[in-house]
Amino acid sequence: MAAPGFQFVTAAYMIRINNQRANTLNELRTGLSQASDGSVFYHTFQSLGRHHFLTEGFSNDFAQWVLTGLNRPQLAERVGGLDIRDYLSLAELRNDLYRVVGEYCDSHPREADMSAFEPFYFCESSEITSPIGPPVTTLGEFVQILEGLSHASLDYHFLISRLRLQLKTNDFSAWLENSMGRQDLARKINRIDIYTNTLDTARDQMIRMIDIGAKQ
Amino acid sequence: MTATEPEVAGSPLSLDQYIPLLGAEIEELKALAKPLAGREVRMVNSTRVGGGVAEILNRVVPLLEELGMRPGWEVIAGDKDFFEVTKAFHNALHGAPVQLPPNAFDIFRSYNEFNRSRIRLDSEFVVIHDPQPAGLIDGRADKSGHWVWRCHIDLSKPSEEVWNFLEPWVARYDASIFSSPAFARQLPIPQYLFYPSIDPLSDKNRPLDPVYVRSVVERFGIDPERPILTQISRFDRLKDPVGVVRAYRIVKRYFDCQLVLAGGSADDDPEGAEVLKETKQEAGDDPDIHLLELPAASPLEVNALQTASTVVIQKSLREGFGLTVAEALWKKRPVVASAVGGIPVQVIHKQTGLLAHSVEGTAYQIRYLLSHPEIAARLGEQGHAHVREQFLITGNVKRYITLFLLMLNS
Repeated sequence: MAAPGFQFVTAAYMIRINNQRANTLNELRTGLSQASDGSVFYHTFQSLGRHHFLTEGFSNDFAQWVLTGLNRPQLAERVGGLDIRDYLSLAELRNDLYRVVGEYCDSHPREADMSAFEPFYFCESSEITSPIGPPVTTLGEFVQILEGLSHASLDYHFLISRLRLQLKTNDFSAWLENSMGRQDLARKINRIDIYTNTLDTARDQMIRMIDIGAKQ
Repeated sequence: MTATEPEVAGSPLSLDQYIPLLGAEIEELKALAKPLAGREVRMVNSTRVGGGVAEILNRVVPLLEELGMRPGWEVIAGDKDFFEVTKAFHNALHGAPVQLPPNAFDIFRSYNEFNRSRIRLDSEFVVIHDPQPAGLIDGRADKSGHWVWRCHIDLSKPSEEVWNFLEPWVARYDASIFSSPAFARQLPIPQYLFYPSIDPLSDKNRPLDPVYVRSVVERFGIDPERPILTQISRFDRLKDPVGVVRAYRIVKRYFDCQLVLAGGSADDDPEGAEVLKETKQEAGDDPDIHLLELPAASPLEVNALQTASTVVIQKSLREGFGLTVAEALWKKRPVVASAVGGIPVQVIHKQTGLLAHSVEGTAYQIRYLLSHPEIAARLGEQGHAHVREQFLITGNVKRYITLFLLMLNS
């Protein structure tokens, strides 16, 4: 029986502005405990994709606001240092965000109530997806589509999928490992540093890895 | 060398013409839109020419049609008294101190009532743009269709008097759209985030022949060999053209630069002539300050001026979004802009441009960029990438498609 093919999908997101906002670190801490899962997702996973072309600064919105809105680089580094690849659920990620911000508030009580230059606005998003073409079944077909894939689709399969499937991997690696029996390639692609690469440079690395892997 | 006038884009552009710029995104957009084929959407705003909203609708409407929807675009009618009221509303909602014209609320109500009788409002999706036609919701029959209020202006510090007048209408829509989270209000309806957008293929944004660019600059008496600082905006107090002249004077102490303030007028902006006069007074007889009154249909000239600029300025005091910033970033120009309204969404400080909060700060950031052209170039490149991801017309169409799909599914 032929291995299941890979179905490329494109995704679109509608961003909803919630009524919740934070003006201080303490309010951020409270907000983190009350925000919807969709909001935590939006400000961590999705912010990485939104700003993929910037390889400097912090890739999650909370860290960026702590730096630019509150000028607290030490805390910003800790919040930005939480790697979404380490999490299987938003609850775990939220707990760690809450813990890191909470520890800082407890140890810096005066700073915790200082007003930011601008508030942090909690948002969340809703997703619509649509398949692109028929499933691909060979590495050659896979690379051919991957080469021209939009950032939206690349983001969906490489970054967003980690949470959707509650996997410590991504759609591409999961298919390579489970359907194509290429654990080596799956592992290498999963190790591409999504924080210091743009989506384009990550894609280039994937294609190079598959090209080299196919010859082995 | 001769400068040939580039052909003005005549026939509407098709989606496929965006493929060289955006690749697979176009096919993906078509795939997303398939479930909306044949469904009717009606856009309503207050002017067909001039201003960012009209520019966006001029492109969004044909693109929605190409994606299989049945879009329509209606412009509300009004006399001078109505547009004086809506201009005052606009400024008041932006937070500027404003004396409302006598009977302002009655005039607003009566023109909305008049327009309800002349505009078809029975489409499956109705999108009302900005406060001017907000009262058309009274024409909705029995909760029919999906009604969306699209607010393009900064409502973070509105006049309570005007907002309290408008809010009962707004609260009756099914959803609202704002250009930045900071603009959203506490409303009982969902509030969505839509960035406004520019069309990369329009005459205002497509790449131009350098020979033509130089010819435009020279035609306006600007020296292409010396640094050019440019602000493209209507002559409007909220765009602070006088503040731009003051910032330029500080920069001029250090750099032999020129200032271009270029703007047109919109049908719904009776204040422009007065502000232009104030700006001329501030500029005095400095030959390096060029105040250009451009007709509404001058996209190639605007494009050329932005392309030729060493630094593009947007020193707004209040701003809905400031599409001229996205236009400059798309052309890889370094931008110095005020941290107001939707501008910080476009200008991520030190990543895609530089933000300022005052005349002095604006002048300092311009001087910094003139001193460090390599940093200016990096900001321009990253600004271009940012616009590609977030602020192109195709992305705007995608957001409408996504919203309509979500409303259908809800």
